[in-house]
Amino acid sequence: MKATLDEAAPDTATVESTLPSDGPFRRFWSDFFESRIATLGLVAIILIVIAAFSAPLIAPQDPYDLAQVSVLDARLPPGEVSMDGYTFWLGTDGAGRDLWSAILYGLRISLSVGVMSGFIALLVGMVVGLTAAYAGGRTDALIMRVVDLQLSFPAVLVALMLLAILGKGIDKIIIALIVAQWAYYARTVRGSALVERSKDYVEAAACLGLSHSRIVFRHILPNCLPPLIVVGTVQTAHAIALEATLSFLGVGLPQTEPSLGLLIANGFDYMLSGRYWIAVFPGVALLVTIVSINLVGDQLRDVLNPRLQR
Amino acid sequence: MSAAVLEVRDLQTHFFTKAGIARAVDGVSFTIGKGELVGLVGESGSGKTVTGFSILGLADPPGRIVGGSITIGGAELVGRSEEKLRPIRGRKIAMIFQDPMMTLNPVLRIDAQMIETIKAHEDVSADAARERARAALGKVGIASPDERLAAYPHQFSGGMRQRVAIAIAMLFEPELIIADEPTTALDVTIQAQILHEMQKLCADSGTALLWITHDLAVIAGLADRILVMYAGRIVEEGPVDDVLDHPLHPYTKGLIGSVPSQNVRGRPLAQIPGMTPSLLHLGTGCAFAARCPRADALCRSEAPALTSHGPDRASRCHHPHLDVAAAS
Repeated sequence: MKATLDEAAPDTATVESTLPSDGPFRRFWSDFFESRIATLGLVAIILIVIAAFSAPLIAPQDPYDLAQVSVLDARLPPGEVSMDGYTFWLGTDGAGRDLWSAILYGLRISLSVGVMSGFIALLVGMVVGLTAAYAGGRTDALIMRVVDLQLSFPAVLVALMLLAILGKGIDKIIIALIVAQWAYYARTVRGSALVERSKDYVEAAACLGLSHSRIVFRHILPNCLPPLIVVGTVQTAHAIALEATLSFLGVGLPQTEPSLGLLIANGFDYMLSGRYWIAVFPGVALLVTIVSINLVGDQLRDVLNPRLQR
Repeated sequence: MSAAVLEVRDLQTHFFTKAGIARAVDGVSFTIGKGELVGLVGESGSGKTVTGFSILGLADPPGRIVGGSITIGGAELVGRSEEKLRPIRGRKIAMIFQDPMMTLNPVLRIDAQMIETIKAHEDVSADAARERARAALGKVGIASPDERLAAYPHQFSGGMRQRVAIAIAMLFEPELIIADEPTTALDVTIQAQILHEMQKLCADSGTALLWITHDLAVIAGLADRILVMYAGRIVEEGPVDDVLDHPLHPYTKGLIGSVPSQNVRGRPLAQIPGMTPSLLHLGTGCAFAARCPRADALCRSEAPALTSHGPDRASRCHHPHLDVAAAS
């Protein structure tokens, strides 16, 4: 018995070949661009973001500057020329604002509200979910019952109730959206963190004397990111839609800071009088934004899901 | 045996489950001397892995150390707070796991994982830590360590990953490495290389090794001393050749008989009848009695104590194979 293992043990492992060094990121992107429609969605998002954030530079008119807006230009159909010779390609709204400019500015608000609330909700949900998964036991049970309670209400209802208490304003709506959304992230993160936590590398890290926070944030968290990124993308689209809904209902943003939802609400009154453009164009902008984000989110889910690994 | 590095006295780790208390480790005592290679053998569920984790204070809830003492270099570990155990883990006692595919974090590069370990224990610059990491990889026989440091675990083969795991364990030249079946998931040629490497490293650095395994062949080639565990207790211990050539406990004899190469070709393989008993329902008698060819009424009613047979040998049996030992 003893003889079998003592012999033949070469010193180095030179036999094992060198593998091509493709990092996980390069592989991720090449997988991602396999889908044309998702690539299109990503391009659309990038264009929309650039357009929205350079709105003051590219918009022909500042829709908030009353000096530039003339009520005499109100409700002009697309392509009409203004008094001072400027063409309104998408028409004007009830106050005489250029719709194209209003949409760009509106997108800026919708996107920042959606992304900011999504991101903060992600951070909150992530920390809460990781805590629940890592602590386990009673802490976990308590946190997850709160999450269940929160998720048993529709997000719109939660946001509506909060806005009824808080009042109007961009900061208020961001708070309302965070509260309405953190639970989704918490549940997602907890689920994947529970799986990761039981893996050997976590045990190995504990055996190496690493601290709890280091194990949670440096070892478990990166492995939970794929589902988090997917939920984050989809939830951001959801937040934008939710904000538009709230603004449309008149509880979101004030008239002075029109987001897409408010523009649609403003134009809604004119729908039956044939002035479709005032509501439809902001609606199309909202639709394209949300669909693009969802397309990217879907493709991310396919690429990042280990079970669908090709 | 030189001065003891690790001393475990009457260690008891119990799991408090809804179905009752499982005594996974029930009164285990052993010592490991400086640079000594000790094999801890037993079937699945015999408590050998829990023993390993208990030494590091990492028995998972609902498991808990309920009694006994563990000292490393004279310092008591049982009852220490998490914060006071942390400097021990990785630095004085390191662990190597069974599945090298799982023990490295898949999203962190090798250098990140090694440097982080060094910096968790020592206040050194990142450059110095990287230099140490590279030296450690070189020591375990990994060619072109610079390239390897910048790689992700999925770019390594199983054997290479286990080498990396060993390199991480050897970073601080700990007093003791607990190796939990580290070669079970590898194929035999790689297994031989890893065993050879471990032997060499331990000899060079004076690190003691507790090798947990169910594979007697590995122990035979590697260890100085052997501990056989069954149902949470050590049932036999002694120098490796003595125990393998003249097992005292019927369980050890059964284990040796179950190694395929010990059997005659064409005949059914020998095996120990029955299953490891449920740790929840251990009676008052010897835990092995139900599967033991030598069991009698005494075995079923009264658990045997660990009795010494000669200077280094001991066994926990009412009817040890003393006759066989004498005859061969």
